[in-house]
Amino acid sequence: MITFRLDTRSGLAPYLQIVQQVRHALRLGLLDVGDQLPTIKDVVATLAINPNTVLKAYRDLEREGLIESRPGQGTFVTKTLAGPSIKSHAALRRSLDRWLKEALAAGLDEESITALFVDTLRHAAEEGVA
Amino acid sequence: MSTALETTSLGKRYGRLWALRDCFLQVPAGCVAALVGPNGAGKTTLLHLAVGLSRPTTGHVTVFGRTPRDGTAFLSMVGFLAQDHPLYRTFTVAEMLEMGHKLNPRWDASLAASRLQALTIPLEQKVGKLSGGQQSQVALALTLAKRPQILLLDEPLASLDPLARREFLQMLMTAVAEDGLTVLLSSHIITDLERVCDYLVILSGGRVQLAGEIDEISRRHKVLSGPRRDEEAVAAVHNVIEVNHTVRQTTLLVKVNGQLFDPSWDVHDVSLEDIVLAYLGQPPINDLAAGTRNHVEALV
Repeated sequence: MITFRLDTRSGLAPYLQIVQQVRHALRLGLLDVGDQLPTIKDVVATLAINPNTVLKAYRDLEREGLIESRPGQGTFVTKTLAGPSIKSHAALRRSLDRWLKEALAAGLDEESITALFVDTLRHAAEEGVA
Repeated sequence: MSTALETTSLGKRYGRLWALRDCFLQVPAGCVAALVGPNGAGKTTLLHLAVGLSRPTTGHVTVFGRTPRDGTAFLSMVGFLAQDHPLYRTFTVAEMLEMGHKLNPRWDASLAASRLQALTIPLEQKVGKLSGGQQSQVALALTLAKRPQILLLDEPLASLDPLARREFLQMLMTAVAEDGLTVLLSSHIITDLERVCDYLVILSGGRVQLAGEIDEISRRHKVLSGPRRDEEAVAAVHNVIEVNHTVRQTTLLVKVNGQLFDPSWDVHDVSLEDIVLAYLGQPPINDLAAGTRNHVEALV
């Protein structure tokens, strides 16, 4: 089951953080159709967060057709965002691992690696590659 | 959505000093509302008026349609936790629970005991021997066992360390999730509020500066930055809350009315904390009518 975190310094509204974490998990295949999301009470008890916030996040996800709440049973995933590309994730992750090792060996720290990746991604997007 | 707490031109004067003035509020049922303001802003005065601990000089307050004058019908509906979470220090925790049981018609004894056991607070311990965090948890458990429809908390987090604060909020939020209770809590710790509250009331100088749903407040407030210039054009349409000029740049914190059209401003989102601080740092400028009245009074 997915566990939510809350970053109070992110500037992102708490309910959006939950929405984003669910979408992220769906995209990476960490959550699949039929999986159960934590109950509102569980999220509230672990994060010390307003139940209305969790409710709002779940409603947003339900409106997108990603989850469904079944009265008396809980909230379940009804659609995945992973798509057919999920099969290639493992191989891509391995080559990314290799690339990361190279970058670290070349003396880049985490911040430089992130900057380089984001910058390359943006360039690729501008040139219509990605 | 129905209204849990409503005040109509509520005011309280102590001698010649107004502690609270012209207070109009409608706190929706089921929300967790934060009452924020500096010391002396009128937070405690508002809470005391709402639970009937003091009588208004002007206007009135109702909680779910009842006024504090309605006696026990009103009191059984309202839970109030005062600033120093008052408990009888020589009582054991079990004796405090027994007292609550004897004094309250709708007392839920098993709920209180199970909550305290979950926190591993020994029931046979004297209250005075508990840590500050545990005392606040006992006080909250007692207040919740009363099964109120609305809970008013005066600075519940002020004296707690970060861990105790988290545990206190966990108990409070769980109660909100289970019972759908409405909460109004005053605080000057802004950081915890965004995860806990969905409604905000900013009080300053005895007046309500801003009240509304936090999502709506966050959406309506923006920071505009651009080359140095006068803020008047913006102020004609929107409410300018805070103005900062450097030699080359002007930065405005603005409550947006409708759309922002001028593309020469860079528009940024602003954190709740910055919004609150901006309102607290200013004289009551969003309340233009009141501001004018103040001015007139000062002239007379």
